[in-house]
Amino acid sequence: MDTGNTAWMLVATAFVMLMTPVGLALFYGGMSRSKNALNTMGMSLGAFAIGTLVWVVAGYSLAFGEGDFIGSGKLLLSGITDKTLSGNIPEFIFVAFQGTFAAIAVAIASGSMIERVKFSTFSIFAALWILAVYAPITHWAWGGGSTLNFDEMDFAGGTVVHINAGIAGLVVALMLGARKGYKKTIFKPFSPVLSVVGAGFLWFGWFGFNAGSQLAADGIASNAFLVTNVAASLGIIGWIVVEWIVYKTPTLIGGASGAVAGLVAITPAAGSADVSGAIIIGLIGGAVGFFAVNKIKQLFKTDDALDAFWIHGVVGIWGSLATAVFIAPYLMSENYDMISQLINQTKAILLTIVYSGVVTAIVFYIASVLTKGGRVDEKSEYHGLDESIHKEQGFNL
Amino acid sequence: MKKIEAIIKPFKLEDTKEALTKVGIYGMTVSEVKGYGQQQGHTEIYRGNEYVVDFIPKIKIEIVVSNDKYLKLAIDAITKTAHTGSIGDGKIFVSEIAKTIRIRTGEEDSDAL
Repeated sequence: MDTGNTAWMLVATAFVMLMTPVGLALFYGGMSRSKNALNTMGMSLGAFAIGTLVWVVAGYSLAFGEGDFIGSGKLLLSGITDKTLSGNIPEFIFVAFQGTFAAIAVAIASGSMIERVKFSTFSIFAALWILAVYAPITHWAWGGGSTLNFDEMDFAGGTVVHINAGIAGLVVALMLGARKGYKKTIFKPFSPVLSVVGAGFLWFGWFGFNAGSQLAADGIASNAFLVTNVAASLGIIGWIVVEWIVYKTPTLIGGASGAVAGLVAITPAAGSADVSGAIIIGLIGGAVGFFAVNKIKQLFKTDDALDAFWIHGVVGIWGSLATAVFIAPYLMSENYDMISQLINQTKAILLTIVYSGVVTAIVFYIASVLTKGGRVDEKSEYHGLDESIHKEQGFNL
Repeated sequence: MKKIEAIIKPFKLEDTKEALTKVGIYGMTVSEVKGYGQQQGHTEIYRGNEYVVDFIPKIKIEIVVSNDKYLKLAIDAITKTAHTGSIGDGKIFVSEIAKTIRIRTGEEDSDAL
């Protein structure tokens, strides 16, 4: 056991934990309308709690147990003790670290469903989705599955977490239907302040997400840390500059979204890109996010409320493809073939889109049937989910 | 007695109030209102969503004056200070007031102003 690596992974896991009930909760909560703010934050809090439970019970076994198509043998972490190692760190911290990824993935997808999905439906969906969608995709990418592993370079989960969650969000948004008034009236964020703070917390946690994915406190982890910071900054610049040119207005919701877009884009590349690569990946990531949300999204009727697909999905695809292109000279293998790597990236992206798309639809359907419909009634939607579901208000002014 | 109702741009309130005070008009009632005129609002874009802003925030000032001398002073003060030259500067409406009573003393009409 390497105590240095273990110490870092303990800290990195706590960093990633912060991303869901704080970072994402604030980022999403601030962008909702005030009558739904608490429910929106509650889905991140709920996703983390449910995600943690299903992860230790069965998710980890499905994702990181032995097997080709799916893992098994580690239900309730059976066989793992304080002496068991994963590489040169205790397996317990590896379990905890990976569990925070499963939880944030489904929490990201919640952004597409806000202001109309039932809390009960989402809770059941979160559990089923981690087991049926997140765990298998993780198993193929990182958990030892070989048939469906296409040698994609996905250092920290650009495809596993972000494209996967983005597609899942889009599919559920389609199934739920749009919020009443969507495209007729404007749904302005009730508190951009909270969203900007949330993006800051996400950024902070992302150091654990990306640099922690090296599973060691070493040079590549340091590389990942640095390029993560650079890409997030360039994501802000990319989004805001384009927005400023197109709409003559630099918005701070745009800036916060740009930071997230830059972070999403660098996630698969954090262990392989250098700083100059990160500048391009982040800058274009921010610009891609801007055009996806402001232009391409507007061509469709689907109400992906907080743009889980348009930021995590679309920018995630950009990040995965860019990963194969922008590799640090000091990390590139001698016989590296960019074209065949781009094909590998594309195969993994397509597999994720198809599998996540289909199985998300199935598990969301099951969750809606179990809760007698996935959507709140019209009156509850009108009054807001904070009051109608939780009998609370985000702000008692 | 005449009542002046002036609908003005919110950021012109302070200047307008000062100008009215300078010409000797000390009382007014101010409310935050919303509305639109010939322009019928305008469209804005937020995060790619185009939407119509029908009702634009304005300030309504209500003043009651005792004679035509003060009426002219008040109208001059408002048109001069609330004017920007761009669309949406607002309007002034003048109407007759039949009676004024000061609640504290029971004084009436000019004495009550």
